[in-house]
Amino acid sequence: MTTYVLRGVRPLGADPTDLLLRDGTIADVGPGLAADGAVLVDGTGLVALPGFVDLHTHLREPGREDAETVASGTRAAAAGGFTAVHAMANTEPVADTAGVVEQVWRLGREAAWVDVHPVGAVTVGLAGERLAELGAMADSAARVRVFSDDGHCVADAVLMRRALEYVKAFDGVIAQHAQEPRLTHGAQMHEGELSAVLGLAGWPAVAEEAIVARDVLLAQHVGSRLHVCHVSSAGSVEILRWAKARGVAVTAEVTPHHLLLTHDLVRGYDPRLKVNPPLRTADDVAALRGALADGTIDAVATDHAPHTSEDKDCEWQAAAMGMTGLETALSVVQEAMVETGLLDWAGVADRMSTRPARIGRLAEHGQPLLAGSPATLTLVDPAARWDVDPAVMATASRNTPFAGRRMHGRVVATFLRGRPTLLDGRLQDATAQGAGGAR
Amino acid sequence: MRHLLSAGDLDHDTALLVLDTAEQMAATQQREIKKLPTLRGRTVVNLFFEDSTRTRISFEAAAKRLSADVINFSAKGSSLAKGESLKDTALTLQAMGADAVVIRHQASGAPHRLATAGWVHGCVVNAGDGTHEHPTQALLDAVTMRHHLVGMRRPGAAAGRDLAGRRVLIVGDVLHSRVARSNVLLLHTLGADVTLVAPPTLLPVGVDSWPCATSYDLDASLPGADAVMMLRVQAERMHAAYFPSAREYSRRYGLDARRLRLLDEHTIVMHPGPMNRGLEISADAADCARSTIVEQVGNGVSVRMAVLYLLLAGSADEGIR
Ligand SMILES: [Zn+2]
Repeated sequence: MTTYVLRGVRPLGADPTDLLLRDGTIADVGPGLAADGAVLVDGTGLVALPGFVDLHTHLREPGREDAETVASGTRAAAAGGFTAVHAMANTEPVADTAGVVEQVWRLGREAAWVDVHPVGAVTVGLAGERLAELGAMADSAARVRVFSDDGHCVADAVLMRRALEYVKAFDGVIAQHAQEPRLTHGAQMHEGELSAVLGLAGWPAVAEEAIVARDVLLAQHVGSRLHVCHVSSAGSVEILRWAKARGVAVTAEVTPHHLLLTHDLVRGYDPRLKVNPPLRTADDVAALRGALADGTIDAVATDHAPHTSEDKDCEWQAAAMGMTGLETALSVVQEAMVETGLLDWAGVADRMSTRPARIGRLAEHGQPLLAGSPATLTLVDPAARWDVDPAVMATASRNTPFAGRRMHGRVVATFLRGRPTLLDGRLQDATAQGAGGAR
Repeated sequence: MRHLLSAGDLDHDTALLVLDTAEQMAATQQREIKKLPTLRGRTVVNLFFEDSTRTRISFEAAAKRLSADVINFSAKGSSLAKGESLKDTALTLQAMGADAVVIRHQASGAPHRLATAGWVHGCVVNAGDGTHEHPTQALLDAVTMRHHLVGMRRPGAAAGRDLAGRRVLIVGDVLHSRVARSNVLLLHTLGADVTLVAPPTLLPVGVDSWPCATSYDLDASLPGADAVMMLRVQAERMHAAYFPSAREYSRRYGLDARRLRLLDEHTIVMHPGPMNRGLEISADAADCARSTIVEQVGNGVSVRMAVLYLLLAGSADEGIR
């Protein structure tokens, strides 16, 4: 395995130093490192961060390989600085059995771009009626710890309670897509002044907040871990803050797009801006940024949701909900959080790597950049500027809301256990290196 | 004016220009030979994804009286569940050389998408999209109101004048009404004072930001109104708990004989059609002398002639001969 010296990088934004990556671990940290046969990487101006961990990725395989595959989606992840992703369960067939989660996990190992951790469905077929075999998925080779019916809310209070209780046996967590279904029937966008003008059925923030409130109370009652997916409203932030102050074991994520974009953009009816939960107001964006800064929201999660052009190049109402996000996440976080002074790079490492790794119970990710840690890290050039061109992205889909936008900061290298998956901004094929990157 | 997607696209001068042009068009329709040569050689496509015979016929008559070639493309019943068909259909129309596309669609924003996605190069006219807008309906309503409330029913007397200070009530299912949205925008531009009257469940969240007043009380709103526009209400709405029953709805918000007596002498009664007689409007009200419902239909043709003319024949200075 090639040895690398990362010369002059700034770990978590601190003063420049060198990192020596050997045999899959960070062998040494300090100025002026050298090693025989090592490949030297000029890290001048680059910030070194632990590899990003995404709690919320739609890889679409099996079933919708026309939108994304495990291979294409994990390439996109590596390009975005990620070293682990949680693959959502809403595939066809649904990842609600040990067989399907093991299939996804195996595809991830074969692709070897990032560690793929399948999310198991909470209920059979995401139908919200009876529990899937959560224990079998936990015990499978995929070792599932995060369970979610994402795309569907576990709306039944009894079923949600049982799920929260049941996964305690194997230290699992229920990741809830908080959306009261009756309040959002046919919903197309954030309910407010603009939905009234545009004549689009509203998705009221209360439909999220009502479920978040119910679920934190349930989690407290049964003493379980709850994770709230893609928090989108200021009201949800207040409830989470209240729950955390009471000691409820709740964690939460926010997507990059909810940190940067608002519902005003829907005015042009461009379906690339259609997403669930919907883009909300500038006040919501401010509250989400504040919550991510103060830790009320634990993690940035992309909700990378690739869709084919047939599902997006149409009228708003017919379009699928979701946007890609893996390759733009870091840049959005830099613009929304770092350049605004809300987070420093240590904070970015915490919210994009350390905390999501802890929530997903991934021992090998989110570790400090110290000698002895896994050489699983990413290098960011904060000074870089680049324009989003959907045609040249690694994801198989083109539905980025940032097409044509000038992004701030860029991921230039990603290492997974000492092996570069991205170097000099170019994806590095594992098989070409002959390194056998998979564990 | 490149497209007509929203009544909000029309500024005060342009709105007046459309109304004045519509009146000139109406005057030409009194002649023995109604057909004008203005749009000879131009192609107007009526693209109707939703059934609306009356609106389609109105646009068709308007285009034909301007000598345009008309293609009626009724996509109803074909594979419309998928949105791709809008794009595919649009590309077909583009290949056929459509100069204007008149589109009716069940999805809010579909005309906007057609105009901005680069699928067609012609003008796009919104003939009603989902619960968004229906700008030509608002224009024909404005022509009707102006004729009665400003021109005092004398032909040509209202030319160049807006609806400043006129009080208009729009009553009923505002939430689901594209007619209400377009009317609020246009009437505001024309200086009218608009009050929306509806049960709170049928007013959208966010209505406070609209340039109009709102009321839950029809009886209290009727005195002093110059025009009362009743919106169609679907009885099925009660199944989604928007109101308890058709009976209660018409008792609280229907225009009936008793409420007609609360109106001032000059007040006109309007309805965009089709009516649910006995629900939002009683037969007495629909057929009374102050009802402009049939006249609205006639004004529809001249307004649509004006819109097509201004979009396709360009500058207004050419005048209408
Ligand atoms: Zn979701």
